[in-house]
Amino acid sequence: MPAIVLALVRGLLLSIALIVATAPAFAASFEESVAKFANDDFSDTDDAVGEIAVSGNPLAFPIISALQDERLMFDAETKKVFVKQADGKIIDAATGAAVDKLPDNAAAVSLNNRLRRSVDAALGGLTLLSPDTNTRLTAAKSVFKSHEEATLPTVESALAKETNRSVKQALAEARAAILLFKSDASEVDKLEAVATIKARGDQEALALLTEISGGDQPANVAKAAASAISSIQGTLAIWSGVQNAWYGLSLGSVLLLAAIGLAITFGVMGVINMAHGEMVMLGAYTTFVVQEVIRTRYPALFDYSLLIAVPLAFLVAGAIGVVIERTIIRFLYGRPLETLLATWGLSLILQQAVRSAFGPTNREVGNPSWMSGAFELGQITITYNRLWILCFTMAVFGILLAMLRYTALGLEMRAVTQNRRMAASMGIATSRVDALTFGLGSGIAGIAGVALSQIDNVSPNLGQSYIIDSFMVVVFGGVGNLWGTLVGAFTLGIANKFLEPVAGAVLGKIAILVLIILFIQKRPRGLFALKGRAVEA
Amino acid sequence: MAHVLTRSLDRAATIFVLVVAACGVLIPLSNLLLPAGSALQVPTYLVALWGKYVCYAILALSIDLIWGYCGILSLGHGAFFALGGYAMGMYLMRQIGTRGVYGNPILPDFMVFLNYSKLPWYWHGFDMFWFAALMVLVVPGLLAFCFGWLAFRSRVTGVYLSIITQAMTYALLLAFFRNDFGFGGNNGLTDFKDILGFNVQAEGTRAALFALSCLALILAFLICRAVVSSKLGKVLIAIRDAESRTRFLGYRVESYKLFVFTLSACMAGVAGALYVPQVGIINPSEFAPGNSIEAVIWVAVGGRGTLVGAALGAVVVNYAKTFFTSGVLAPYWLFMLGALFVLVTLLLPKGIIGTFNSWWDQLGSKRPNADSAAREDGVTEPKMAE
Repeated sequence: MPAIVLALVRGLLLSIALIVATAPAFAASFEESVAKFANDDFSDTDDAVGEIAVSGNPLAFPIISALQDERLMFDAETKKVFVKQADGKIIDAATGAAVDKLPDNAAAVSLNNRLRRSVDAALGGLTLLSPDTNTRLTAAKSVFKSHEEATLPTVESALAKETNRSVKQALAEARAAILLFKSDASEVDKLEAVATIKARGDQEALALLTEISGGDQPANVAKAAASAISSIQGTLAIWSGVQNAWYGLSLGSVLLLAAIGLAITFGVMGVINMAHGEMVMLGAYTTFVVQEVIRTRYPALFDYSLLIAVPLAFLVAGAIGVVIERTIIRFLYGRPLETLLATWGLSLILQQAVRSAFGPTNREVGNPSWMSGAFELGQITITYNRLWILCFTMAVFGILLAMLRYTALGLEMRAVTQNRRMAASMGIATSRVDALTFGLGSGIAGIAGVALSQIDNVSPNLGQSYIIDSFMVVVFGGVGNLWGTLVGAFTLGIANKFLEPVAGAVLGKIAILVLIILFIQKRPRGLFALKGRAVEA
Repeated sequence: MAHVLTRSLDRAATIFVLVVAACGVLIPLSNLLLPAGSALQVPTYLVALWGKYVCYAILALSIDLIWGYCGILSLGHGAFFALGGYAMGMYLMRQIGTRGVYGNPILPDFMVFLNYSKLPWYWHGFDMFWFAALMVLVVPGLLAFCFGWLAFRSRVTGVYLSIITQAMTYALLLAFFRNDFGFGGNNGLTDFKDILGFNVQAEGTRAALFALSCLALILAFLICRAVVSSKLGKVLIAIRDAESRTRFLGYRVESYKLFVFTLSACMAGVAGALYVPQVGIINPSEFAPGNSIEAVIWVAVGGRGTLVGAALGAVVVNYAKTFFTSGVLAPYWLFMLGALFVLVTLLLPKGIIGTFNSWWDQLGSKRPNADSAAREDGVTEPKMAE
């Protein structure tokens, strides 16, 4: 009897003691947990990290991050623990009170690799509860990557409290990732987790699922994971196709922009202008000069710098083009190979002139704010500058086409192209038209330079890197046909980008060059060849 | 046949052969026999430099053969030159043997460095000189044959041909820059030790290489002369001046073009092969499209369709390049070179020799016994487009 009473009383006391110990007094427990660091024993430290991480105390984060950086000091005699803050100030870890100086025998709490992992996990868990949405989102993403089992309770409590949709989504994914790796999670939980991760459907999800399907999982889970993997792979393949197509369009627009001026001088006039690339370069340097003036005089106008540079580049390159035509090219009509050599010499002169004036190194051309940054479309990232260049190219192409079709100069240009002598006898000043046509082609190259300055290095060699590609585009598309140039540029751009993942960037480019060489054998006049007697003229 | 070897050209050719032969004998002798520091002694560095010019002159001859006499403007002859150079470079690499940094008896240093476990199949045989020498002719020749076979049969002419030859050399440039292509990537092939057992660096070897280059130049010149003054050469000139008309007359234009294009590529390959041991390095920058165009301008400066002029132009332009790029005028060299391109095409379309020949003929026509046929051959003003 007394023994039973005694036992009952003991049990009662024990439960009371337990309640007292756990429920009301986090503070007491927190201090005790902190004191464990002073033992400098790996398993005590591990316990302390676990307890502090779930304590909810505001000091938890500074303490654990101090531990991570080995700034957490302890005094073995007094069993006191201090945080040496990044700015050098010292606080008492248990109370947060400022301390003047560390005791003489204070040492850093030591860490091992296992501890470092739990410290990382604890920190990830702690930031999950941060008031800042972005911090929470980053934390949830990092937990998804680390899928540390220890953070599960924190993730779950954060998930329960979370109101922001995207953070909630990220937390749910993080939870799913943890559950998948948790060996004692129920099958239902795991299946649900696979579904959540499948819905995420990106490269990381794929990596995660591949990783777990290697481990030993219940049959159902393994099956679900395998089907999720194949479904994600399917989606990813489609997205990478879309991505390649976009890159191809983007490259195609750059090629088109560089080649469009050439399509006029080479295609319409039949003049081989090897200095075409240098016109592009001059356009890019015009942009540089405009931006320099704006930076020093009118910084507020920086966002408009490109709008100012476009007409200026057209004028600069166009004027130089007219001068070249009047002084050199007009003496060489009917001698295309000599024209080629003379314009090559000209390109050397222009390059060297720019090198002397602006130096041989790359010059800095900035992106206006509306051209920097990117947005996500599904699983691909589209940068604004590429998008704008695509739009700009299409606009230039449209304007040029309209100009040739509807203006008087366009009419005269077409007339001279088709039959020079007939046009002359109808009263068209053919030499004036020649000069203007050449100026137009060069001016458009200058405009291309403005756009290319946004994505390429502005150096004296800028033009060189485009000249061969531009000729390929024009020859491939068919000389004398702007639509051919358009189709040629986009075909080459897209083909290049689809070959790149298979063959690598350089081999892809070589393959394209070889294909063009073979293609020209098959269709010597390009995709859209001019027909009739004009060809032989 | 007799009127083909007209007097003025014949004289120029004889003078040319004699001058080159004299250089080929006297310069090495003076370098080797006279004491160093003597006023008449040619220093070794000059022997190597002039050896380089002679190789360029062979390249220029090969371009003149197709451009001056057949109207094919190749912007890819630098590629044939470099391929010949690489073939020779591969032989020289295999001769290094265990003297390389890694001391591997089979693999060249760069292959050890890039973790090759065995020699790539296309490197086999290059330890034998006769095989390398054969490849110097075969590789550029085969490439030119395949390229020309495709291009000429589908009647790719004029600037289109120029542009695709440029694309060809550009593609090769990109390929040879790749490390896993097996030709040393952007470092190329260098650190050569021996050629046929003789030290490449030794004065005697350099002098011998110079003499050989001169001999090769004379041979190339004589071959070109033989081609252009034969009946075949007449057809080539006909193709240059009126391709369609020649075809309608029943000549297989593409066969003629293919033959002369392949021959020219082989000559360029030999030039490259002689160039490499004298310069001591071959790297992918030799494939740069700019080099090929520069070689064309040598021909234009000297005089298209004169052979002697091409060789002269190569030497003159390269001498000027060495002279100007080593002095205070270095930053202005590209201006001069650019201006040379422009001015020669505008003001001196016949080049130095062509212009000189015109003057000579004008002088001669005032004399009673001038050979009026002189002007019709070789120095007719090139006419490209139909």
